[in-house]
Amino acid sequence: MSARPLSPHLSVYRFIHTLVLSILHRITGVWLSIGLCALVYWLSSAAAGESEYARASALLGSGVARVLLLLWLAAYCYHFVNGLRHLAWDAGFGLERLQVRRTARLVVVVVLIGFALLAYALFWPRAGVP
Amino acid sequence: MSLRSALGVVLGRGAAGEGVGHWWAQRVSALMLVPLTVWFAAALVGLPLNDYAAVSIWIGGGWNPLWLALLLLALCWHSRLGVQVVIEDYVHAPALKLGALLFNSAAHLLVLAGGLFALLRVALRGAT
Repeated sequence: MSARPLSPHLSVYRFIHTLVLSILHRITGVWLSIGLCALVYWLSSAAAGESEYARASALLGSGVARVLLLLWLAAYCYHFVNGLRHLAWDAGFGLERLQVRRTARLVVVVVLIGFALLAYALFWPRAGVP
Repeated sequence: MSLRSALGVVLGRGAAGEGVGHWWAQRVSALMLVPLTVWFAAALVGLPLNDYAAVSIWIGGGWNPLWLALLLLALCWHSRLGVQVVIEDYVHAPALKLGALLFNSAAHLLVLAGGLFALLRVALRGAT
C-alpha cells in the first residue's frame, strides 16, 4: 500500500506545447490564490478609512507592487481563458488531439491580446499617479 | 468465486464518491467566476482607484456588496479546492500533507472572513 505509484507521473510524457499550458494552469492558479491576500488587503484598507486607504494605494502603486499586480493580471487572463478551455473539455467538447493543440494556440493569442488591453486600461493612464 | 474479502478488493483503489463532489464544486465555482470576475475587472477599469470616496461609494453602493461577497466566496472556494489538489498531488509525506491541507483550509477561511468583514464595514458605514 505504501509503495504504490502515485499520480502525477511527470516523467513519462513526450514534450509538446500543450504540456506547458497544462502546468501553467496550475502555476497561475496557485499564484492567483496568493493574490487573494492582496485583494482582501485592498478591501480592508477601504474599510479602515481614508488614511489607511491612502497608505494602501501608495503601497500598491509602488514599483515592486506594480510588477506583482501585472503578474497577477497576466495570471488571471491566462487562468480565465484556459479555464474556459477546461470547462469545454468537461462538457465533452474539443477533446480530439488536433483540437487540443489548436485551442492551445488560440488560448495563447487570446490571452496576449486580453492581457495587453487590460494592462493598458488598468495601468497606463495611472502611470506616475501614486 | 473469489476468496478475497470485499475490503481487500477495494483497499488501495481510492475513495469513491467524495472526489465527484470536489470535481463538481470546482466547475460550479469556475462558472460563477466567469461573469463575476469580468464584472469586477470592468468595474476596476472604470474606477478612479486613487479616489477613496469614489472607491468606497462603489464598494458599498447598490447591489455591489452582494456581488462582491459572491465574488469573494467563489474565489476562495475555487482557490481552496485548486490548492488542495496541488497539495495532494505533490506532497506525499502523510504528516506534512495533512498539515498543508489544514493550513490551506484555514488560510482560505481567514481570507474569506476578512474580505466579507471589510465589505460589511464599508456597506454598513452609511447606516450607522
